[in-house]
Amino acid sequence: MLQADLNIILPEIILSVFAMLALVGAVYTSKDKMAPMLMWITASLFVVLAAWIGMNGSGDNAAFGGMYSDDAFSRFAKVVILLSAAAVIVMSQEYAQRRGMLKFEYPILITLAVVGMMVMVSAGDLMTLYMGLELQSLALYVIASIRRDSLKSTEAGLKYFVLGALSSGLLLYGSSLVYGFSGTTLFSGIAQAAQGDHLPLGMLFGLVFMASGFAFKVSAVPFHMWTPDVYEGAPTPVTAFFATAPKVAAMGLFARVMHDAFGGMVGDWQQIIALLSVLSMFLGAIAAIGQRDIKRLMAYSSIAHMGYALIGLATGTEAGISAMLIYMAIYVTMNIGTFAFILSMERDGQPVTSIDSLRLYARSEPGKAMAVLILMFSLAGVPPMLGFFAKLGVWQAAIQADMVWLVVASAVASAIGAFYYLRIVFFMYFGEEADGLNGGKSAMLSGVLVASAAIMLIGIVNLFGIEGPAMAAAATLVH
Amino acid sequence: MIGIEHYLTVAATLFVIGIFGLFLNRKNVIVLLMSIELMLLSVNINLVAFSSFLGDLAGQVFTLFVLTVAAAEAAIGLAILVCFFRNRGTIAVEDINVMKG
Repeated sequence: MLQADLNIILPEIILSVFAMLALVGAVYTSKDKMAPMLMWITASLFVVLAAWIGMNGSGDNAAFGGMYSDDAFSRFAKVVILLSAAAVIVMSQEYAQRRGMLKFEYPILITLAVVGMMVMVSAGDLMTLYMGLELQSLALYVIASIRRDSLKSTEAGLKYFVLGALSSGLLLYGSSLVYGFSGTTLFSGIAQAAQGDHLPLGMLFGLVFMASGFAFKVSAVPFHMWTPDVYEGAPTPVTAFFATAPKVAAMGLFARVMHDAFGGMVGDWQQIIALLSVLSMFLGAIAAIGQRDIKRLMAYSSIAHMGYALIGLATGTEAGISAMLIYMAIYVTMNIGTFAFILSMERDGQPVTSIDSLRLYARSEPGKAMAVLILMFSLAGVPPMLGFFAKLGVWQAAIQADMVWLVVASAVASAIGAFYYLRIVFFMYFGEEADGLNGGKSAMLSGVLVASAAIMLIGIVNLFGIEGPAMAAAATLVH
Repeated sequence: MIGIEHYLTVAATLFVIGIFGLFLNRKNVIVLLMSIELMLLSVNINLVAFSSFLGDLAGQVFTLFVLTVAAAEAAIGLAILVCFFRNRGTIAVEDINVMKG
């Protein structure tokens, strides 16, 4: 019995044991000199585990009496999380080396955060949920302030810590109410208690508190205040990590709790999520217009994108969840490409993040400028790119669920949002003469940038076949 | 006779004090850490009260997990705070303003 349970959580066990061994090993040997090798080992371990989980897993398995579930949904999310974390580690390598922030703790903390994310998307119990979330958050607080000699980085870490702890507190208070009014911490038990029309008020309060805790983690408006500051202050490779894997994990957890535990009260949470979604889309689109720092701009862009992905959740249907998963996979790919570009932005050997430095970039680097153009069009949702099909997916799901107003609102928001993406393209091609970028000729980063742009074009043929797994994942979640 | 609702009221009051401490405090980051701790502990009161009321042990197990995590969280918070203090020379809340947001 125990053997079967342990088999199900084997990937997580391997990663945690690896993190602990690597920590002890690095401390007792050459410390930071081991960091480059450790980063390669971590990234390849992630890829191997992603392949293993993706190819080998099948069926619905529950471990530890339902506290931990391994189903198509969690496998889809885990593969996306592992692959994006591996890509970010590979991208960070060179940047970190040149800026002297290559510490052996970095890949280890990322590994621990990834274990937390894997536990989050597989949670089948309030306790598992909380432990996974905290393992992820505590590792992320430390990663945000990994440049401990930099004021900006430590300030980002401190802000993230205080607001993250507040959101965990809200989530936990909600969990305690849900536990009290349903009498169990298991999602399956909560789902049985949370059915029918006359729900106890405490249960609804718990639901609202939990939803606001999740909204913090996915940085949906009005719980987004930390995002721009943390994105700007954290070192760029860390920002690239924050914008990808943790978002997928938080979104996956949000969807799992809403459907697995509160699947019987869709009508109650639907409106909350629709409101979060509309506010995020509009604030993300409008607040980004005035930004001059590209990392801050990407923060608002990610707030807006979370809004679009939440449309899929707000529909409360199987089609909605599958559209949301596809949206998250495409969003992560676009962001990895964009951050590969931001990591390569430098002038005279110093990293720059201001948008003004992109003026006439197309003249010195036509190939990379073209790749950035494709990514920006895709982020904005311009038709031939993959980003448009991501939006189309959630819109179709929303129309099927009779939420036409949500589609109209998001179309308006994405039209406003297109302005700032297109402004970057405008600067690159038609801007005035100014001190441009020079240097930053990393083959690795250019490769990731071009690959991500190519995916945005080639992916429109068949989305690389992720539609099938996403639909299977949604089918296991929505009953 | 003290019933479950009394415990819930105490927990809710402490939780709200914790949230207000987080938002209204303009002095010191240490007070923020204390407010966070207050919120987590009020949740523990809730969980233990429910657990004893329902006769179900899961709530008390949950409490033990929360206590452990709260300790780890305080340790990490203080560590980040020390790093911040070394760079900035102050821990007043109004001085956490290098980035505007």
